[in-house]
Amino acid sequence: MSAPEQLPEIDNGLLRFLTCGSVDDGKSTLIGRLLFDSKTILADTLNAIEKTSAKRGMSAVDLSLLTDGLQAEREQGITIDVAYRYFSTGRRKYIIADAPGHEQYTRNMVTAASTANLAIILVDARKGVLTQTRRHSYLASLVGIPHLLVAVNKMDLVDYDQAVFERIKADYLAFADKLGIKDVRFIPISALAGDMIVDRGDRLSWYDGPTLLDILENAPAAHTEQAEDFRFPVQFVCRPQDSANPELHDYRGFMGRVESGEIAVGDAVTVLPSGATSKVRRIEIGGVPLERAIHEQSVALLLEDEIDISRGDLIVKSAEAPEPVKQIDATVCWLAEAPLSPARTYLVRHTTREVKAKLARIDYRLDVNTLEHEAATGLAMNDIARVTLKLAQPIVADRYAGNRATGAFIIIDESTNNTVGAGMIG
Amino acid sequence: MSTLTKQTLSHLDWLEAEAIHILREVAGQCSNPVLLFSGGKDSICLLRLAEKAFRPGRFPFPLMHIDTGHNYKEVTDFRDKRAAELGERLIVRSVEDSMARGTVVLKHADESRNKHQSVTLLEAIEEFGFDACIGGARRDEEKARAKERIMSFRDEFGQWDPKNQRPELWNLYNARSHKGENIRAFPISNWTELDVWQYIQREQLELPSIYFAHVRPVVRKNGLLQPVTELTPARPGDKVEDVQVRFRTVGDITCTAPVESDADTVEKILAETATTTITERGATRMDDQTSEASMEQRKKEGYF
Repeated sequence: MSAPEQLPEIDNGLLRFLTCGSVDDGKSTLIGRLLFDSKTILADTLNAIEKTSAKRGMSAVDLSLLTDGLQAEREQGITIDVAYRYFSTGRRKYIIADAPGHEQYTRNMVTAASTANLAIILVDARKGVLTQTRRHSYLASLVGIPHLLVAVNKMDLVDYDQAVFERIKADYLAFADKLGIKDVRFIPISALAGDMIVDRGDRLSWYDGPTLLDILENAPAAHTEQAEDFRFPVQFVCRPQDSANPELHDYRGFMGRVESGEIAVGDAVTVLPSGATSKVRRIEIGGVPLERAIHEQSVALLLEDEIDISRGDLIVKSAEAPEPVKQIDATVCWLAEAPLSPARTYLVRHTTREVKAKLARIDYRLDVNTLEHEAATGLAMNDIARVTLKLAQPIVADRYAGNRATGAFIIIDESTNNTVGAGMIG
Repeated sequence: MSTLTKQTLSHLDWLEAEAIHILREVAGQCSNPVLLFSGGKDSICLLRLAEKAFRPGRFPFPLMHIDTGHNYKEVTDFRDKRAAELGERLIVRSVEDSMARGTVVLKHADESRNKHQSVTLLEAIEEFGFDACIGGARRDEEKARAKERIMSFRDEFGQWDPKNQRPELWNLYNARSHKGENIRAFPISNWTELDVWQYIQREQLELPSIYFAHVRPVVRKNGLLQPVTELTPARPGDKVEDVQVRFRTVGDITCTAPVESDADTVEKILAETATTTITERGATRMDDQTSEASMEQRKKEGYF
């Protein structure tokens, strides 16, 4: 059925990961070190940060300056927004989402985590597991990051003592279990000295695991190793009706990205919410045919029957069709300065569909530090809560834990068009 | 971590799929978008991505170039040729027209027109009522761009507020705007210069000739090579040399410098890019060297 020559070429793909920690954990230094040791930093950039380091009276080059992007942050000396960094090892391309660890910036961490498949959680070896370590771990697991890597940093400041590392590991595992975090690994590092990042160094000889970069090189690039149901939200319908080419007169290409699973020519499909059924006649990229399409490929599907399909519809395999719903239970993170108003109608963007929505109830608000549930009547910026939303039209959704793409939504305030909330169904 | 590996896309296929998805989101969410096409390598990639996103249909947007009047002829010729080959509509709006209208006033005749493109761009947006501009900017180009959203909101004055950006989660892009406001969409945000060259090689994309090594008279100044042209003549005392160079970016003549290179094929450029020691903007852009935050300043004022 599949034609191997049409499959995408395999290299080790692309890994998106998130770094979380506070200003003092050495997060920026770690990122700077990864860029520096993987030879991604170029001469003029290094020259600029050398000058700045000297201006601030530092003796060594401050690698953290590489990631401080905006003027406002440079003035305040803190990272206030998510920044994206890139490096490549030749085996794999990496996108780092650098999220600030500051207390009031839960929303930035959720934003950065939403596209990541691995999170590096930094712990200061001198301070051990802190409230913010728990908060970061909880948020990473909430947003469904499948792999966590706890990097115990500043080992140079505790004489590279294995007992310190083991104690922090035991403390972390005690609460990770409560959060249901399954895949977590630990590594002792010194970002400042460069130990166990790209090179092993010779001061952590008691640690026999892989270096931090080795872990990144070998982490699975796919969000999940499970076989997933096929989900194809229609973004755009192509109807060329080009009079110069009569063959295109009846052409209808349903364009979108395979958000999960895969699809092949001949597969039986159902279009939701209408429930109409057909079979895949052709799969194309830019008019060039493919036999099948896999997870994350952007393609056009052509069906055997003429069915009315528009942006916002979801094409699924007939055997895996979920039910449309008009009410959803979800965990919501509020992102806007203006609090959620229970009286107002908002817009929910789910896949490529937009529907009006109203709050039905707030079950509880979650204290991200203690993980305790609190009663709440409204939501303010950075609040995380369990809520129920009523929808004006049905959406076709999956539980977020089972499918990130069809389980996630954003909330938009139509008066400003701002994105004010992020939600995960289930 | 599990040893079982599910089939995943190569990094270039992944970047391509993401960019196609973004282009289709712009087409699906915005009523009157435009794609900014300069004839430069990044926007040449955008055109191939648009073909993959929308063929066999026409592009659901026209192409537009904001011409400073100070572009290399090789590049503007290429721009016109490429648009004609694709059979897509090309709009050209000129900074010189804005100067004639009095909306662009140069401090002195020699001032670079590069930053004044913002004015002409905003005038064109208003003239055509565009609600979204698709551009080829990348986050790896410059520090201020590292925090730029893929769908970036601009107010009525075309201004970007770095402290008040819309959160962007998953691949749920919010390209909504009110009348008069504008979205800037960047489908290749996550690409690096190396990715762009790899894509050019894989897709066998044609480029303007000045991207490849050629001999050109230049003057060495502040560690940069300044091309000697009618617009940028040698000053008394300048030492003019014929040097083998190529352009890594092909912007306005008055502020784009070539680099020394003998790379006359995409393969050689790729090899050079993979081992280069100077960032793309640092080597070639005289306007970014002014201060550490100069790009951020220009973006706040409506620059792309």
